[in-house]
Amino acid sequence: MSKIKAGVVVFPGTNCDRDTHYALKLSGFDVDYVWYEKKTLKGYQLIIIPGGFSYGDYLRAGALARFSPVMDALKQYIDNRGLVLGICNGFQILLEARLLPGAMLKNNTLKFICKDVYIKVERNDTPFTFLYKRGDIIKLPIAHAEGNYYATKQVLDTVEEHNQIVFRYVDKSGNPTIEANPNGSINNIAGICSLDGNILAMMPHPERASEPILGSDDGKKIFLSIKKALG
Amino acid sequence: MLARIFIKPKKGILDPQGKAVSGALGRLGFNSIKDVRVGKYIEITLDEKDMDSARDDVQKMCETLLVNKVIEEYTFDIVEK
Repeated sequence: MSKIKAGVVVFPGTNCDRDTHYALKLSGFDVDYVWYEKKTLKGYQLIIIPGGFSYGDYLRAGALARFSPVMDALKQYIDNRGLVLGICNGFQILLEARLLPGAMLKNNTLKFICKDVYIKVERNDTPFTFLYKRGDIIKLPIAHAEGNYYATKQVLDTVEEHNQIVFRYVDKSGNPTIEANPNGSINNIAGICSLDGNILAMMPHPERASEPILGSDDGKKIFLSIKKALG
Repeated sequence: MLARIFIKPKKGILDPQGKAVSGALGRLGFNSIKDVRVGKYIEITLDEKDMDSARDDVQKMCETLLVNKVIEEYTFDIVEK
């Protein structure tokens, strides 16, 4: 069986591209780096927008990356029902590109936070999460200064109503408490998906928890889910 | 011409920077502070003589890139340079 072709988008300032490439390879994908000036994404079955500081986070995180040539290609790719995973800065870029609802504010702590957090899998009926059980509590690292997800009440109601929340910050026992919320995200949101479920964006880094030597391989099932969904 | 664009967090949006600055000013003894909001100021020099088209351009710049209207609001003026 031929391997599934995945592309990891690289902007100036992206810094999680190698980790993501490694995690995908480890999970059995055929992986390319995709330079931000690329004008087509034909041939790929999965595109990942990895973490980092594209364009130095100038103006707003993700705001400038949104207008790169690869983003036009990405829109076309999405129209053809391609799968997209945005991690950390990838989440911020997808929001700025209006491909997902809402916006990111600075963490309510005002600090760059780098630590392990617990998140709950709220949906396992997406191509990204179906190897988890619904309600699974997994431990993944976060590393961001602007991960405080915000949406107006009206938008938030729609997001909740359409079941677009895939991950929430929780405590060890799975409760979405204020203490378990590292950055002030509204409704403890750590990851959301598009209406059709083909785009997933999340602040925690599954690629940094994809083998036991890293302290946790809780994130690996995301890559394995995608592989199985596409295989 | 010079466009002067003021961007600030929308009303009701949590502004952690403003809060921190407000706290620091309070600790410095400025007791009259009710609220602080921290925004951005952008200056754009335009090679344009017509005020109306300058205004149109600047508004488009704000709407497409400079401002995220989910969380920010803006005002601008344009002056002869």
